[in-house]
Order: sequence, then structure tokens, then C-alpha cells
Amino acid sequence: MSGSSKGIGRYLVEYYLAKGYLVVGCSRSDSSLQHENYRHFPVNVSHEIQVKEMFVQIYRDYGRLDVLLNNAGIASMNHILLTPVETARSILETNFIGTFLLCREAAKLMRKRKFGRIVNLASVAVPLKLEGEAVYAASKAAILSFTQIAAKELASFGITVNAVGPTPIHTDLIKAIPEEKIERLISLQTIPRVGKLEDVSNVIDFFIQPESNFITGQVIYLGGV
Amino acid sequence: MSNEKVSAAIYKAIDAFNEQSGKNHQLKKSPTTILFGKGGQLDSLALVSFIVEVEEKITDDLGVSIALADERALSQKNSPFLTLQTLTQYVSLLIDEHERRPQQQASSIGERQQ
Repeated sequence: MSGSSKGIGRYLVEYYLAKGYLVVGCSRSDSSLQHENYRHFPVNVSHEIQVKEMFVQIYRDYGRLDVLLNNAGIASMNHILLTPVETARSILETNFIGTFLLCREAAKLMRKRKFGRIVNLASVAVPLKLEGEAVYAASKAAILSFTQIAAKELASFGITVNAVGPTPIHTDLIKAIPEEKIERLISLQTIPRVGKLEDVSNVIDFFIQPESNFITGQVIYLGGV
Repeated sequence: MSNEKVSAAIYKAIDAFNEQSGKNHQLKKSPTTILFGKGGQLDSLALVSFIVEVEEKITDDLGVSIALADERALSQKNSPFLTLQTLTQYVSLLIDEHERRPQQQASSIGERQQ
């Protein structure tokens, strides 16, 4: 689980710990979570060496990896005319390069057992083409294309790759966005309500269950988007 | 890095690869074994698996992390993936270059970024 220290990631860690999973999480910062079945790595997901070292540790200590949830993501709402290039680079590095690196290293472990489930976090910002979210939406669009092609390239290794696209959920990611903008965005959904963390885990549960071995390259958007 | 050490690691990679492959796709441990291209024993997907095994064994046994299928490898006039001998030579070259390079910074997973 990347981006595991807060928001959706933190919720998912606790959710899967409660279900009895052994969970490995990573985020730039340390995690306050203490649990006998949780192991945390302070890792920058766009830093290749750090990511590789984390997966070497996972293999040495656990010998396998069944599921990867690529949740780490950052956003910065701004008009493109006012967006600094460093902000754009940072969003692409964390959201896309991070997803790519973790998928690559996870798939190397998963292929050994010819089983793996990868779920990437997309966003409704892509299909809704949200103004002010150009770079963020572009990074998520890259994740979608990557998900669909990775699904093809990894299918023969028994690895499925899918994506879930949440609507706005009250987490740190959207805390800086004015409430009226959130309301306007929600009005574009088929089911106009703020998303719940449980909505995300419900879709992930579907993707990672053993019976979903025929489901790959798919994206499920919440809220009927 | 001596070619013998590199060969030993690559032969271990062959063992791991053969374990996962069918009877008709077993690689022989010989410098003249043709890997990929005309007369090669690997299709493109099998080559991917084999390269991943070699990268892992080089990291595990020789303590060096290399990327075998980089742009330079793919653009070479004579593919390093032609035979086990050309692969061994290419891996040795990459390791030598890696060892001559200054130490990469911020390699510890415990080190924070930004």
C-alpha cells in the first residue's frame, strides 16, 4: 500500500488489517500506526533506489507479495497559466512515476508465484475533465493508460491490473478545495453525494478477490461517473 | 568484475528460469546458447522473464543493481541478448561502469525526500 500514512491509504491499511491481512505500507513520512501485522517503510515512491530496496526487503522478509494498492498521490488545484513547472513535475513524479515503479517491482515478485493483484487509484477528474485540475487529471489519465497496457503485459504472469476512480472524499487531498467547487463537482455525478472510504474498499475487494482472475485492465468510477 | 563471477550468477538465473519454464523452453548453460533473435530459444516474453531473473541474481550475488534492457542495450548494433556470451560481456561492462561511478546519493530507504 503506497501513501499509507493518511487519507484513503490509512483507511485501507486499517481495513485490511482488520480483515487479517499482513500489510506493508509506505509513505514519505513515518506512520503512527502500530500493529503487529503492519510494517511501514518511509519511501519516496518516485525514487527508484528506495523503491527497489523496499521490495528487496519485502521479498527477503515475506517471500511473496499478493496485492499492490497504488494509492500514493498528490494534487494541486491551479489554473495552468499559474502552475509552476516544479508543481507539475512533482505531481507527475509521485502520481505516475510512483505508480509505474511500484507496479514494476511488485510484478517482479508476483510473477514468481504466477499470482498478483494490482489496483491503481485513478480519479473522476479524468472523465469529468475538471478545470483547475489539468496536471492532476493528466497524471491520472497516464495511470489509466498504464493500467490498461500493464494488464496486457502482465496477464501471462497471472497478474491482474485494474483501477478505481474515486469521487471527492473528505481527505487531506481535497481539504484546500472550496466547498462550492466540491458541490458543483458532485452535481456532475450520477449519484450526487460525497464518496465514502467504504466505497473505495468495496471496489478494491472486488478486484482482489480470487474469483476476479478474469477481470483486468478495467477502471470502475464511483458515483456513476 | 570477473566474467566467471558474472557467468555463475547468470547460470543461477538460468536455473531459476528453467524451473518456471516448460520442457520445451529450457536454456542450456553454454556460452554459445543463442538467446534471442535468429535461432534463439526465447520469445520476447520469455526474454523479459529471463532478463528479470538475471537482474535479480546479479543484485543478490554480486550486490550490484543494473538495468539490462536500457535504451543503450536496445539500440546496440549487436544485441547483448544474442548469446549467453554476449550477455555475460554486457553485464560485466555494466558492472564495471557501475563500480567506476560515484556513489549514488540518498540510497537508503529510510532517508526522507523533500
